Amino acid sequence: MSVRRIPAGLLTPAAVTAALALLPVGYLVVRSAEGGLDGVARTLLRARTLELALRSLGLAAVVTALCVAIGISLAWLVIRSDLPGRRLFGILAALPLAVPSYVAAYTWVAAVDLEGFTGSVLVLTLCSYPYVYLPVAAALSRMDPATEEVALSLGRGRSGVVLRRLRPSAAAGALLVAMYVLAEFGAVAIMRFDVFTTQIYTSYRAGFNRTPAAVLGLLLVLITLLIVVAESRSRGRASYAMRGNPARRPPIIRLRAGTRALALAWSTALAGLAVGFPLAGIGYWLLNGSSARVDLGELSGAVGATLGVAAAGALLTTALAVPVGIIAARYRGRTATFLEQSTYVGHSLPGIVMALSFVFFAVRYVPAVYQRSPLLVVAYAVLFMPAAVGAVRASVLQSPPVLEEVARSLGRTPLQTVRAVTLPLALPGVLAGAALVFLTAMKELPATLLLRPTGMETLATQLWAETGSGAYAAAAPYAALLMLLAAVPGFLLGRRSLKETT
Amino acid sequence: MRLTVTDVTKAFGGTRVLRGASLTVEEGDLAAVLGPSGCGKTTLLRIVAGFESLDSGSVAIGEREVAGLPPERRKVGIVPQEAALFPHLSVARNVGFGLPRGSSERVEECLELVGLAGFGDRMPHQISGGQQQRVALARALAPHPGVVLLDEPFNALDRSLRVSVRDEVRAALKRAGATAVLVTHDQEEALSMADTVAVMREGRIVQEGTPASVYAAPCDLGVATFVGEAVVLAATSDHGVASCVLGDLPQRANGVAGKGRVALRPEQFVLREPGEGVGGLVERVEFFGHDAAITVALEPGTVIRARTRGDVPHRPGDRVGVTVEGPVLFFAE
Repeated sequence: MSVRRIPAGLLTPAAVTAALALLPVGYLVVRSAEGGLDGVARTLLRARTLELALRSLGLAAVVTALCVAIGISLAWLVIRSDLPGRRLFGILAALPLAVPSYVAAYTWVAAVDLEGFTGSVLVLTLCSYPYVYLPVAAALSRMDPATEEVALSLGRGRSGVVLRRLRPSAAAGALLVAMYVLAEFGAVAIMRFDVFTTQIYTSYRAGFNRTPAAVLGLLLVLITLLIVVAESRSRGRASYAMRGNPARRPPIIRLRAGTRALALAWSTALAGLAVGFPLAGIGYWLLNGSSARVDLGELSGAVGATLGVAAAGALLTTALAVPVGIIAARYRGRTATFLEQSTYVGHSLPGIVMALSFVFFAVRYVPAVYQRSPLLVVAYAVLFMPAAVGAVRASVLQSPPVLEEVARSLGRTPLQTVRAVTLPLALPGVLAGAALVFLTAMKELPATLLLRPTGMETLATQLWAETGSGAYAAAAPYAALLMLLAAVPGFLLGRRSLKETT
Repeated sequence: MRLTVTDVTKAFGGTRVLRGASLTVEEGDLAAVLGPSGCGKTTLLRIVAGFESLDSGSVAIGEREVAGLPPERRKVGIVPQEAALFPHLSVARNVGFGLPRGSSERVEECLELVGLAGFGDRMPHQISGGQQQRVALARALAPHPGVVLLDEPFNALDRSLRVSVRDEVRAALKRAGATAVLVTHDQEEALSMADTVAVMREGRIVQEGTPASVYAAPCDLGVATFVGEAVVLAATSDHGVASCVLGDLPQRANGVAGKGRVALRPEQFVLREPGEGVGGLVERVEFFGHDAAITVALEPGTVIRARTRGDVPHRPGDRVGVTVEGPVLFFAE
């Protein structure tokens, strides 16, 4: 495909999307700069800042390492071994994605005396290992057994070549985990482990001088970007592309009886801790709580508010993502690359930092929307844009560009072609992306906490408030509903990975 | 309408893909652009369709210059490699895609043209590959395009299916009276289907003519070996006689003399009793039914491949004599 001009009908809305996506980071820079070099230096050079950086990075490193170990071992057992019940474990392994980390943190805090670093590591590892498990499992089931057979025939073991070929998917998963941990707010706050995000929240709440919050936010963004860059550098130049589908499925490897028992125990324990424990905890508090006088009015109010803002968020996100997604899939050149990459900024921007920037911006320039739901909806759009753009791009890429060329040759303009061919064909994927954004937005905590209209509570903020005041039983219905909502995409993902294993 | 491509150049980055390609297709003709992969034929097609812009040159359909126009305003129909029907639309709606709403009569007419009347309600995945290809043709023909472009349209089909779909496509194009350009690397396809053949090499059209004239009088050795098989031997030519290991052979008149090469078509060789012509040893017999190919090692150390009738009396190891029938092609060094 050569460099073609992007039609104005796509370019204009895509430019709006990109501007919106770049606004939070841009404004954070402006705001930090206003504090002057002095102010910035003062915040940066505090011993406390270094300590926070070490805590955040340490947490991210430990959780990522654990997730990689768990993710690869589980994926291998589910896809390549004769572990009994491996199909069930395949579903269970994806399910932790359905447990919002702050809900898991709530169940652990409510049940055992566990706080600080250990608690945070435990909760975050259990919630995020599927980010490694899923891509590795997918890569394992697509791997051409011929490579392994060649290694064996040359007198080498199979594990070397398998691990080597898993590197890109494991690294991509690890990157997600690291970014997720750096951005995490709810769970670490509940575990009372002070990191960047919680400190940003505290300095925002403490608030007259907001420069420190802005500077800390920016520093966190920089650290995240560094990790992204390091990952893409380390990917190296080896090509891991598959040529077509492998002809055969990789063979199943028989485990010895002892190993098998250990593997079974390991898989069961993980599923129990990551999925069973939160469910049991919520169940316990639902049934036995003494503070369990559920205010039905409050509950239905929270459900209504959650559904409302999440639906609006999903709609806006998808509408904004469609032009960028199409451009990313069908056009090349600097403009197209810039538009696509600018929407991915939200990806490396922790929710709390982005919310903070929106607060600053709204208070100064558009006070009319501050603490009104449109601002929250826009924030959702920026926050979840990468997922939506990715979904649109992937689904557009699935249909060959020649279809659009045929439409053009039959007299349709570029925009008419988008309407008559590109969008109808991409619709299932676009809708799936919208659904994913909808469900993710319902669980969102930090941005909602900062940007929601006064007096509005969503399921997430209500759970946060009740947990904060130690009312574990009162929090249980909210936790249960959140789990229920979040289970849907987890279930779908699990089914997909199951399809790949059968 | 008549298609006139004049001196088109195109470079991608530093790679010059088209270096002054010119092509004329008369109204109602089916022209085949024949060339090896990478010769620029697909790029030429995409430039005519408007999917790529040209660096210099011109493209005219009828009297109208279209080089600056976007694809949707050129009235050029395309039939891509794998049919590329819109999978979300029925066959009828595929055919009607380029027509104004409510043109169901024209849709039926076009389906009839390609022999698929009554298939309108099917979905693309419910019909065979050959049928899909014909629907793609009907879709391209429906809005009465000035030119129809076919980009290796039979590549994805089974060998057995290819010949029949080829005939149907040619017949439909002729019935519609369409001017068409077929891009292909398959010389058999080009020679058997097209009214004119344009041989393309390294970004230029090197020869244009009827299939028979291109085969009989290729402009250079490259065309001679690309269009049809040929045995190439060193030779010298003087006064219309080319001398090579097979003796002094009458040269097809092209006014060239001196040192060079002759190109002999496999069907020019005649195998005789040993002692007649140049002696040789049969190395291999490939039997195809209607004819056969016989590989013979000549005594001077040259190997030739001859085409004969299917009922060959020879076996590998037989001694034979080889003579040449008809004038031969001679090209100077």
